[in-house]
Amino acid sequence: MSRLLLQRLSAIAAFLLCSIGTAMAAGEAVGQTEKQATNNTAIIMFFVFVIATLFITFWAAKRTRSTSDFYTAGGSITGFQNGLAIAGDYMSAASFLGISALVYGNGYDGLIYSIGFLVGWPIIVTLMAERLRNLGRFTFADVISYRLGSTPMRLLAASGTLVVVAFYLIAQMVGAGQLIKLLFGLDYFYAEIIVGVLMICYVTFGGMLATTWVQIIKACMLLGGATLIALLVLFHYGFNPMAMFADAVAVSPKHQAIMQPGSFVANPVETVSLGLALMFGTAGLPHILMRFFTVSDAREARRSVLFATSFIGYFYILTFIIGFGAITLVATNPDYIDPATKALKGGANMAAVWLADAVGGELLLGFISAVAFATILAVVSGLTLAGASAVSHDIFASVLRRGQDTGKTEMHVSKAATVVLGILAIVLGIGFEKINIAFMVGLAFAIAASANFPVLLLSVLWKGLTTRGAVLGGFIGLIAAFSLTVMGPSIWVAVLGNKVALWPYSNPALFSMPLGFLCCWIFSITDSSARAATDKAGFDAQYVRSQTGIGASGASSH
Amino acid sequence: MTISAANDLVRRVQADPNFIELERKRSSLGWNLAILMLVIYYGYVAMLAFAKPFLGIVFAGVMTLAFPIGMFVLLSAIVITGIYVNRANTEFDALTRKIVEANQ
Repeated sequence: MSRLLLQRLSAIAAFLLCSIGTAMAAGEAVGQTEKQATNNTAIIMFFVFVIATLFITFWAAKRTRSTSDFYTAGGSITGFQNGLAIAGDYMSAASFLGISALVYGNGYDGLIYSIGFLVGWPIIVTLMAERLRNLGRFTFADVISYRLGSTPMRLLAASGTLVVVAFYLIAQMVGAGQLIKLLFGLDYFYAEIIVGVLMICYVTFGGMLATTWVQIIKACMLLGGATLIALLVLFHYGFNPMAMFADAVAVSPKHQAIMQPGSFVANPVETVSLGLALMFGTAGLPHILMRFFTVSDAREARRSVLFATSFIGYFYILTFIIGFGAITLVATNPDYIDPATKALKGGANMAAVWLADAVGGELLLGFISAVAFATILAVVSGLTLAGASAVSHDIFASVLRRGQDTGKTEMHVSKAATVVLGILAIVLGIGFEKINIAFMVGLAFAIAASANFPVLLLSVLWKGLTTRGAVLGGFIGLIAAFSLTVMGPSIWVAVLGNKVALWPYSNPALFSMPLGFLCCWIFSITDSSARAATDKAGFDAQYVRSQTGIGASGASSH
Repeated sequence: MTISAANDLVRRVQADPNFIELERKRSSLGWNLAILMLVIYYGYVAMLAFAKPFLGIVFAGVMTLAFPIGMFVLLSAIVITGIYVNRANTEFDALTRKIVEANQ
């Protein structure tokens, strides 16, 4: 790529640093340069992606008539397609750029982090996937309200969904703005609007069918692009990974330390707590759970988890090779290093992007930039659809209208909810621009693990769970995960600027998840209400259906 | 379907020997594999916390024991998922079909 472009990008990087310090005057002066620093290859490739996905949305819109089409693509997605779409939902730009940056900076530690994201999937398939598919229709609230009191369970599930979606969405939107500013030379403000508007289009017009295909295409692009970079790196070393590792040890300032676990596990409590949140939070993420209702039956639901796990595992191996490739091929090239700070131009998250340039030139750099943009769009679309479904299906249709409404009004509500959520995402993305959001994805996983997961697991496995136990356990888990994070170092100190944290740990799941389970249990066993008797009496029928699927097809009310 | 008919169906299915077999096999496989995954992952986390020097042992060139062990944990997640899906999609689905046919 041209030296000029590099100079411009480094100017943007400087601008980014300035703006973090909120030096407005300096920011505006450099801002002029930023607008010129456009990456044409990336923009053309991104336009091709946008046009293709809008065509798909147009095609999907004609096939999206009923609420079932809108929420779950009418259950028409195959296991393989759904596996790719789940992988597309799960492999965010943050994990692609973030994990390769972690490997670039710390070597082996990056692998530890990515393994945490993978080990939740066997738990999902062995304990939950088929039961979810057999009991639910559109959202995971269908599953937990199957035998428990509908209104309180829907409100709990909708709260869990909206809170998780909000934090996940803000993290994606802020990441999107920063990334697009850097890769495309576009203003943060316009980047937010482009992402928000495209996402609203996909979801409102094309529903789950369009969202699924955006995710499938994005997953293929991301897996293809990452495979290509990894192959080109390995090609550089005659397809001998040992030679790559030896070279990395020789050129890295940390030498042999990059080949072993380092500071990442300095505090075992934090490591175990993060591990719990990642492992069980995956099984409580509303946008992931919703994907199990897009396939025809339990068999396809299981197959989709196997495909998804394989793709995601393969992807993490690629990011590992990419991170090491960046140590040897990017860190050693002065073109990519800021002479003033001796760090990577544009920040550590640029490791994979600069590696694409180093091994594949401007064309691959453009492609990877477009992939990063596409990745963000796919993830925010899935999140917004999950959030909108919680509003329209759980709150509006089930709680406010008590299931008496026609599907038509519910569709209008879900589309309106999508537009509102999209606008909210843009506003929050702009509002959080200058805030350190490193804690947000971890918080989303912690809440999913502490509120959604205990209620979901106990409702299908434990006959004794009552409505009161589930509501109290779920809300206490949610509040505990949230407030412990706020009082911990990652918000109390890093965001709010206090000197000493009120709570010593950044990752709350080790405490909030057992608390959620404990409260579900205590408030269930002490519950002697009439509702509790109904809850327990309904278990056998739910159990038979969760195991066999008898009554699962064509179930319109429960 | 009336409530009593539905309750009859539930009781009939629960008494079906195929259902009892399915229930037993599926829950033992599911829990065993889930616990295996937990043991592998938290065993790995425990090694990271308490046996760092062991993971840093070099066995070939610059290659440390941490690499094959980490890859083992990563691949075990895929293999465990594969084992469950394979058995569920053949053996358990066949049993489920029998149960559904017998109790329609």
